[in-house]
Amino acid sequence: MKRVHAIPGFGLTLGITVAYLSVIVLIPLSTIFFKTAAIGIHEFFAVVAAPRTLAACRLSFFAATIAAIINSAFGVAVAWTLVRYDFPMRGAIDAMVDLPFALPTSVAGIILTALYAGNGWIGRWLTPFGVKVAFAPAGVVVALTFVGLPFVVRTLQPVLEDLDPELEEAAATLGASRLQAFTRVTLPALLPAILAGFTLAFARAIGEYGSVVFISGNLPMRTEVLPLLIMSKLEQFDYAGAAAIAMVTLLISAVLLFAANVLQRWSARRLTA
Amino acid sequence: MFENFGFTGANAPHSRRVGVGEPPGVRRALLAITFAFLGLFLFLPLAAVFTEAFAKGLGVYLAAISSQEARAAIRLTLTTAAIAVPLNVGFGLAAAWLVARFEFPGKQFLATLIDLPFSVSPVISGMLFVLLLGVRTPMGEWLADHGLRIIFAEPGIVLATIFVTFPIAARELIPVMQASGQDEEEAAIVLGASGFQMFTRVTLPNVRWGVVYGVVLCAARAMGEFGAVSVVSGHIRGATNTMPLYVEILYNDYEFSAAFAVASLLALLSIVTLTLKHAVGRRVASQIKHAGEELPRLAA
Repeated sequence: MKRVHAIPGFGLTLGITVAYLSVIVLIPLSTIFFKTAAIGIHEFFAVVAAPRTLAACRLSFFAATIAAIINSAFGVAVAWTLVRYDFPMRGAIDAMVDLPFALPTSVAGIILTALYAGNGWIGRWLTPFGVKVAFAPAGVVVALTFVGLPFVVRTLQPVLEDLDPELEEAAATLGASRLQAFTRVTLPALLPAILAGFTLAFARAIGEYGSVVFISGNLPMRTEVLPLLIMSKLEQFDYAGAAAIAMVTLLISAVLLFAANVLQRWSARRLTA
Repeated sequence: MFENFGFTGANAPHSRRVGVGEPPGVRRALLAITFAFLGLFLFLPLAAVFTEAFAKGLGVYLAAISSQEARAAIRLTLTTAAIAVPLNVGFGLAAAWLVARFEFPGKQFLATLIDLPFSVSPVISGMLFVLLLGVRTPMGEWLADHGLRIIFAEPGIVLATIFVTFPIAARELIPVMQASGQDEEEAAIVLGASGFQMFTRVTLPNVRWGVVYGVVLCAARAMGEFGAVSVVSGHIRGATNTMPLYVEILYNDYEFSAAFAVASLLALLSIVTLTLKHAVGRRVASQIKHAGEELPRLAA
């Protein structure tokens, strides 16, 4: 108890932290609430329930869901391989998984567009089958898969590392096949972490702008996601409309991140139990 | 980690354990899936950016990255990072000290607030500053009357960058600060050191890898941020472009080779970041781990 007081700097660091937090984060963030409150409930709903907003909302949710599902399925394979198998360049490949975090989103956006355009490295193999990725909703899914790639892998890796192999061994001793051991013992232990990773990838995808703006082609009602719609309102100086949609987006993110937090705690509890 | 079980040497430590490790076929399939997925989403894009950048030859590449506008973008990117990184790392140290060394009501809530910018979409991050300081707001009018231009100018870019990189250093420094413990700091104070002496001679050396880690991650994000700065930049060519914005401008002007040339610099930067992150991250992780291991050893 007394120990704490031997350490100086409580007042100073509290002052710096609260002041800087207020100036950089809290005051700017409060403007969005004031702006939304100022436009009134009717206009708020008029903006939020407009067909264009609903279309953007639908695409955002749809594409983010597909991307997060892709990332969860492949993320399990990637995390499993990186943790349990040994192969050349494993360290380098492991480090590369964070590339979508490190690469500026505008760079990711133009590269993915170039790859998936009709004459691109990947697009040219899809065009003969009538599959259009760039400038179509599928392009949004590709971009969101790219930006969400690290989340499931990174939430799963520490859990897999801490997973006691004796559990799987016990399952095998008791007569379970390898597949049974995986689906009944390993997978349930990993599930909270997978769901947490899914939620984080989904939350990131809902807010993503840079990588999507190039590949989507920005067609209202067709390939426009929520952040693109906010940007388009801002460019037309429709600040009230932008604030209303931003408010909705922020609430969605808040709920998702709360869910991810709960899931991660559940995952940690499972491991220690 | 699996060496503990006595299966060292073999490159497949699991495969000889009962029920642990997959049949070779499954193993190969999993490896193939991993390589295919990462190849498609990580390595192919990376290969594409450099191929496209040099598609029109070295001359075009060099011209693209050394044009006056490119140099202005590089300069603004570096300036922005040079302002945002020290501020946020300084804040990160203060916040980490506060959270790791003291108990006070609302601590958990404060930690949540610090993480808040992570959950805000980049476009919304930029928009906050337009709503707060844009020309049609009371603050914006006051600023305009005094000849200060923030939105659609460089200060806005710096502010938006500070916002999006705000939690990075604090988030990395808090666990490192917690792991380093306060025994040595208490000893310094008892032996008569001032708070400042304790901080520079004991605390900073103890958390140095955490600081380096925070600087690397914060700088990378500061130089790479696109969405937030895009909103506040106003797209004035040559004047308010950071490198990620300049990539967009070139691309929209159909100057693809130039766009990819500048993009390749940013891709190179992210590879350097990942390498540093990997190298420094290991030290930080081992420091945190060792702190956890030291307690029982001291008790015994």
